[in-house]
Amino acid sequence: MWAYAGRRILYAVPIAIGVTVICFGLVFLAPGDPMVNLLPPDASPADAAYLRKLYGFDQPVPIQYAKWLLRAVTGDLGTSLQTGRPVISEVGRALSNTIVISLGAVLLAFSLAFVLGTAAGYYAGRPTDRALTAVSVVGVSVPNYWLGMVLIIVFSVQLGLLPATGMGSAGSDTFSLFNWEQVKYAILPVITLSMVPLGIIMRNTRAAIAEVLANDFVQTLRAKGLPETMVIRHAVRNAFPQVLAVMGLQFGYLVGGSILIETIFTWPGTGFLLSKAILTRDIPVLQGAILVLAMCFVATNLAVDLLQTAIDPRIRRA
Amino acid sequence: MTDTALSPVFATAAPAARVRGYWGTVGRRLRYDYVTLFFLAVILLIVLAAIAAPLIAPFDPLKTSMAFRLKPIGFRDFRLGTDELGRDMLSRLIWGGRMSLLMGLVPVVVATTVGGTLGVIAGFVGGKLNMLIMRTMDIFYAFPSVLLAIAISGMMGGGMYNGLIALSMVFIPPLCRIAETATTQVRHLDFVEAARASGASSGSIILHHVVGNVLAPVLIYASSLISVSILLSAGLSFLGLGVEPPTPDWGLMLSTLRQAIYVQPLVCALPGAAIFITSLSFNLVSDGLRHAMDVRI
Repeated sequence: MWAYAGRRILYAVPIAIGVTVICFGLVFLAPGDPMVNLLPPDASPADAAYLRKLYGFDQPVPIQYAKWLLRAVTGDLGTSLQTGRPVISEVGRALSNTIVISLGAVLLAFSLAFVLGTAAGYYAGRPTDRALTAVSVVGVSVPNYWLGMVLIIVFSVQLGLLPATGMGSAGSDTFSLFNWEQVKYAILPVITLSMVPLGIIMRNTRAAIAEVLANDFVQTLRAKGLPETMVIRHAVRNAFPQVLAVMGLQFGYLVGGSILIETIFTWPGTGFLLSKAILTRDIPVLQGAILVLAMCFVATNLAVDLLQTAIDPRIRRA
Repeated sequence: MTDTALSPVFATAAPAARVRGYWGTVGRRLRYDYVTLFFLAVILLIVLAAIAAPLIAPFDPLKTSMAFRLKPIGFRDFRLGTDELGRDMLSRLIWGGRMSLLMGLVPVVVATTVGGTLGVIAGFVGGKLNMLIMRTMDIFYAFPSVLLAIAISGMMGGGMYNGLIALSMVFIPPLCRIAETATTQVRHLDFVEAARASGASSGSIILHHVVGNVLAPVLIYASSLISVSILLSAGLSFLGLGVEPPTPDWGLMLSTLRQAIYVQPLVCALPGAAIFITSLSFNLVSDGLRHAMDVRI
């Protein structure tokens, strides 16, 4: 176990370094002098010269990268061109809000998908399975940004039940789970975000359960007269670690990919921050947020792998 | 005498002995898969409508009218209403199909070609080159696809071409991985060894023995990406990173109509419904093909 964990962690290191290289390189994708992109439009030539030296734009690219990486590791991701605040604090505050709705969405998706997927896998090939599979295909096919709009139309515009956008009273951007007034704002984004993971987790659960049930030992269980509920329990226990891993990966995808949903609901998370930064061409924020989100994704993948190995001994032996 | 006695036996035995080829089996399975056939027809309809847009669209999709802004479905000749600039929604939806299909298909085709080629090379050559290619792909895997697409096109500053480049970049790593896995499996099989022993060059082995075995999983996976690509490209346009106004595009229409959901909710939901139907159809057809071709990825 520990040897495997050590290897897996070592393997994540080059990936993490690669991610920093790409994030660093992103600035060079932006049209024009990367220097100009980092400066506010009204910067004086003296400011420009100062920044050029600070960022090392007068030096070769590998040295620029090393300098940038050193600063990034110490938490200095530059300053937002729009607000003038450090990028790291902007991203940090937004990240916690994104995690709130992503976690809510993935838990909602998992609890529904595991039950429905188990039913589909148990009745594989029969009408129940077909109907449930249709649900999962809809989940992965629906443009969730559109679904968000439809939910706003129904629940906010027509029924007036739930707030459409924002996060509680004006300008509020810290979330509290115990404040119903605030939780209300999270309901629609969470439902919208849960659609894709719902479809994917269901599909995986169905496949895993159907695969377990096709094993010989299941036939033995039935032959010795075990009730069907117990057979299903066997299948669930076997499929669970695999589905848990899928859930973890989906959580990672949501944290990194909630930009469209957060834009629709103006939820003050990293996605909304990114979309604002794109509109205003705030390159430092764009670069910093992408770096932090990609690192979160790498860390989530690593955690999922380690957790899965810890609860499923079969992986270690493989 | 014996001849005449034998021939009827032959005649009855012959049809039973006829073996259906792989594609025959696939075709037979598809013929009875009514769900796949139905959604294939839907896709054909959408594609035909997009191609024939100049002929069938009732109005000019770019013609604005201040007097007829945000009219409801069925208002006068505007069968699906008008948008925030008074343009006919039906015409814009038909024309928008062109852009949305293009943005959905081109990145997948580009990524299949580039990723597939890289994967076959990595799998066939192996060794250090494989390490280099596959580990580079792993790094791109460390980004959630939505984030990577937005990172690339956001930095490059939007526009249709940048969107196409960004989406192609997103799809190259998974296709490369699929092609590499399939190639590695084939590479050590006996018939490849036999071809090598008989003096075939690497190029001809790849062309005649490897590609045929790699194509099915790669194409099936690519077909499942079309729906993702349509969703993602519409998402990019929605964020203002894809197609630029006033070009009709479903994602962009959804984005500009967003402000009007309190006025004409049904009209505003139309472009999203178009994206949904298209993406659903591609998903189901891809699933049907995978099932018929019996490919496990």
